Amino acid sequence: MRGVAIVGVGHAKFGRRTDTTLGELTWEAVKEALDDARLDQKDIQYFVVGNAGGWSAESLPAVVVGEYCGLNPRGAMRVEAACASGSAAVYNAYLAVASGMADVAMAIGVEKMYESPTPTVVEFIGRAGNYFWEFENFGLTFPGYYALYMTAYMNRFNATEEDFCRVAVKNHYYGSMNPKAQFYGLRITVDQCLKSRYVAWPIKLYDSSPITDGAAAVVLVSEDLARKITDTPVWIRSVGVATGTANLSKRPDFIGLDAAYQAAEQAFRRVGIGHRDTWKYFDVAGVHDCFTIAEVMAYEDLGFVERGMGLQLVRDGQTYKGGLIPVNLDGGLKAKGHPIGATGVSMAVEMTKQLRQGVEPRDRQADVYTGWALSHNVGGTGHYAYITLYSLDKDGGPKTKPKR
Amino acid sequence: MGTSLDAKYEEFWRQSIKQLNEVVKATGIPIAPDEKGQYSLWYDVRELRIRFSISVERIKRFFEGLREGKIYATRCRRCGRYYFPPQADCPYCRVSDMDWVEVGGEGELLTYTVINTKPLTFSHYSDYVVAIARMKEGFNVLAWLRIDDPRKVRVGMMVRLQIARREPEGYLTYEFVPIE
Repeated sequence: MRGVAIVGVGHAKFGRRTDTTLGELTWEAVKEALDDARLDQKDIQYFVVGNAGGWSAESLPAVVVGEYCGLNPRGAMRVEAACASGSAAVYNAYLAVASGMADVAMAIGVEKMYESPTPTVVEFIGRAGNYFWEFENFGLTFPGYYALYMTAYMNRFNATEEDFCRVAVKNHYYGSMNPKAQFYGLRITVDQCLKSRYVAWPIKLYDSSPITDGAAAVVLVSEDLARKITDTPVWIRSVGVATGTANLSKRPDFIGLDAAYQAAEQAFRRVGIGHRDTWKYFDVAGVHDCFTIAEVMAYEDLGFVERGMGLQLVRDGQTYKGGLIPVNLDGGLKAKGHPIGATGVSMAVEMTKQLRQGVEPRDRQADVYTGWALSHNVGGTGHYAYITLYSLDKDGGPKTKPKR
Repeated sequence: MGTSLDAKYEEFWRQSIKQLNEVVKATGIPIAPDEKGQYSLWYDVRELRIRFSISVERIKRFFEGLREGKIYATRCRRCGRYYFPPQADCPYCRVSDMDWVEVGGEGELLTYTVINTKPLTFSHYSDYVVAIARMKEGFNVLAWLRIDDPRKVRVGMMVRLQIARREPEGYLTYEFVPIE
């Protein structure tokens, strides 16, 4: 296996993008990524499209994207890992380059969720798990699945709804500064969050990420090419991948996502770090906050802190810029939006920009000490998990940050 | 309960088809502004209705059980592992040698939620409580919890799994009820 680096990133404006088709929306991201890498379509030898679909018209999104963006006749596939489809696309492109099957590959994520009415989208996402045993008879919804975790977590660790609302407030704070975010310019208060209606008790509307259209793209190249293309390649140093049971009822407890824990374990082991106090290795992290409970569990599954201590990070503001470990400085899924198949690629884009120290405004640029970043992308309710580690260094393990 | 699922569902789609027909009649093209009145959308003239047919051949004993007033799990004859939902195969032993065993019925509630915003196909029910309980045998079951006031539900409460007829559809399924 050889080194693989991200040398170009592109990101469409997330939101209700009824002004674009699937192809047009994807092109916004692909064009930006090609421009950023100063490469031409003919340089891309292979592309992968992360798209969950169902709610959108095109059944073969990869070929529609390929034609519209001028990537034909390069080989491609569409990959699905639910809400982690984007990370699956990055992983697949990474494998293609690492193995030597391609020198230059593009990972693209796109989702067009506003092509169906909201009730249809709710119906589709509710089926993400075990359709026959958990949806057909019991009508779970996506917030419903995570609500099962939030109830158990609150009960076990005496957490309050207010605690979780603080996560939403933080992510809106950063999303309000990100022009690509769905909720750009929109900050919220804890009180607004607490007063929002329940969608699946104890999850409220403001605990939830929105329905979003969006696209993102990254260009991955082999180690021989990376420095010829850019002075600041961002290396994909490790990817951990795991799955959880389709039926939620098959899981022993509901206070953490085992798939995310297992994927993190793998990702950390590959670069020789332990699964404890991991906040000290990373300058910034993007975690899967489809609901506020998901972000809190992520802190613990990733080993930033021990189980049950995630809310303490929130209460102390330690996941803001300048804190122990800044998380979701782009607004996260909560405020940037969650276009299912694009989210994982969007995380790779943001981690790359953070490590290049090119984020504007500077209020949402993390301070870079170790040159390492992490993304945590969960598919479904811990059905799939992808943990990706990025570094400015091609070799060697992460240093540790000064204790603050 | 009120309106049946069929009526609600049909009304939902009838409204959108009616609007579509009016637009086509007036302009000759099925294009109208989006929900926010911002951008132009082509409203699909082709409808795709999906209802799947799913094999239950190898676990039909479970459904026969419901008719007999029994809720079954399967249990691997080799390793003793329980399967609920029932499975025809034990992937760990690589055998299909399963016993059908009746579920005892008593369990402890592990977690729950109340579904307030419901999928379209569940929109004709009142808000329902979905719970997961650990049964005496050690496996978990996910089902609705029948209770008049969701505020009375507590993690750790004891519940009984029983057969229920789901109305208005009238088919047999299972649900939890609190053990007083």
